[in-house]
Amino acid sequence: MNPSVADRAWSRYTSRQRWTRLAILLVVVLAVSWSLSTINIIWPWVWDAPAQIGDLFTRMMPPDISSISAIIWALIETLNIATIATLIAVIVSLPIAYISAQNTTPNRATLWLGRFILVSSRSVNTLIWALLFVAIFGPGVLAGIIAVMFRSLGFLGKLIGEAIEEIDQRPVEALKATGASHAKVVLYAIVPQVIPTFFAVSVLRWDINLRESTVLGLVGAGGIGVILQGAIDTLDWRTVATVLIAIIVLVIVGEAVAAWLRRKVI
Amino acid sequence: MTGETPASSKTPIRTWHKPPFITNPFLRWGLLIGCVVYAVWALYTLPFDWARIQEGISRAQRIFSGSFPPSFERSELLIEGLLESFKIAILATLLGLALSVPIAFMAARNIAAMPIYLLGRGLIITARSFHPVIVAILFVKAVGFGPIAGILTLTIYSIGFVAKMLAERIEEIDWGQVEALRSSGTRYIAVLQFAVLPQIMPRQIGLAMYQLDSNLRASAVVGIVGAGGIGATLMNAFGRYDYDFALAITLVIIAVILIVEGISGRIRRNIW
Repeated sequence: MNPSVADRAWSRYTSRQRWTRLAILLVVVLAVSWSLSTINIIWPWVWDAPAQIGDLFTRMMPPDISSISAIIWALIETLNIATIATLIAVIVSLPIAYISAQNTTPNRATLWLGRFILVSSRSVNTLIWALLFVAIFGPGVLAGIIAVMFRSLGFLGKLIGEAIEEIDQRPVEALKATGASHAKVVLYAIVPQVIPTFFAVSVLRWDINLRESTVLGLVGAGGIGVILQGAIDTLDWRTVATVLIAIIVLVIVGEAVAAWLRRKVI
Repeated sequence: MTGETPASSKTPIRTWHKPPFITNPFLRWGLLIGCVVYAVWALYTLPFDWARIQEGISRAQRIFSGSFPPSFERSELLIEGLLESFKIAILATLLGLALSVPIAFMAARNIAAMPIYLLGRGLIITARSFHPVIVAILFVKAVGFGPIAGILTLTIYSIGFVAKMLAERIEEIDWGQVEALRSSGTRYIAVLQFAVLPQIMPRQIGLAMYQLDSNLRASAVVGIVGAGGIGATLMNAFGRYDYDFALAITLVIIAVILIVEGISGRIRRNIW
């Protein structure tokens, strides 16, 4: 006989849940102790870190604003890199999104081609793309624009492709029933359904690209990062502080503009 | 078709037009013209070095022919770098999550007092404003080359994301449980522990998986500026014009990221 319900002690987890939790905890502990014991850390440097970081901050004070006009120009360049790259990427990503959505792709081969482009674009970080294009085109904004564009393609194509897959098929069928051409079906039945996502995703990517563009200069691909790298190399910490503040302002303004655009246009 | 109108009638045949996406014509044309003017101006101001770009074609050929086939000859270096990236990601995720919980509590409007809330939000905004690579450079300067800089960088990166998401989740909790505990006279910390923490736990675990995945990606990048891991290996290969090794590293990074993304996606679907 089972003990009556009233006699059973309440416990929060079943024994299976308890064991799973214990196992997960064990895995975490093992992973952490493995990492800690084998990683190549020089512990005196770790204990010294707070003092060093504090020292760095005192050297940054007060920010040096003598080169503010150069910084503002570099910020504008950063903004231009992000915006132009986003504009181009948005246009190029449309056909890729079209062939990588299951309901619009012409055939299997194009579907896989589309997916391949999306995955390879997304898995390589902007900076790695930038390294490659700096090696090809030389240092400068062009390498930056192309790097940001290549990275954005995967993101835009994936999200727009997913939006195309989720459309309501009835307008498409209705248009097909009237004998509309393929181009017209796309233009009048698919595009209007996808446009809100399209704008939302473009604005979101622009915001992300603005952040990404701030570091392109570190590998020589233009923008504010060039000044930052120069100031760090010459140990000009007070200018570094100004550049960092400028980047915060740019990113916050960019976020505000993106939020405003989302509310206004969508 | 509105072809019902007789030919003698004065009303012209009307055809249907697609309604414009933005109804206000000033806004519509203004935006369009603004975009075009901006694009032309921006392209005009950017300094393009066309001679250097033309050279690029032959350079590109050299780089691509130099990188094929990818070379896995020095795979022990590759594996070492990859393992270091994993270690950096694991430690940074743990540290970031541990710090995110108190910061998230500070930055939740319904729990924290106003000054603490502002402090919490401030911490999150600063952590989020900088690209991890910039943070990495500063840490590399402060604590030297190697994985410590990477761990500290990704810890801050994790705080920026996890604390923000967690704070939003805390603001959405079911308030009834908090009131129930408060009415029984429970201490403040105990209220957080028994009424708030259990409600945000599932989200916290999901975020942890997501952040581990995202830290692994980022650790490949912060290595480029000297913060350890596979990125450092990649940067060295690139600097020494070992394009075949660089391609091999890139391919391995892509493969690992895809595998980890798959695993973490599956785990998150099961808990979230």
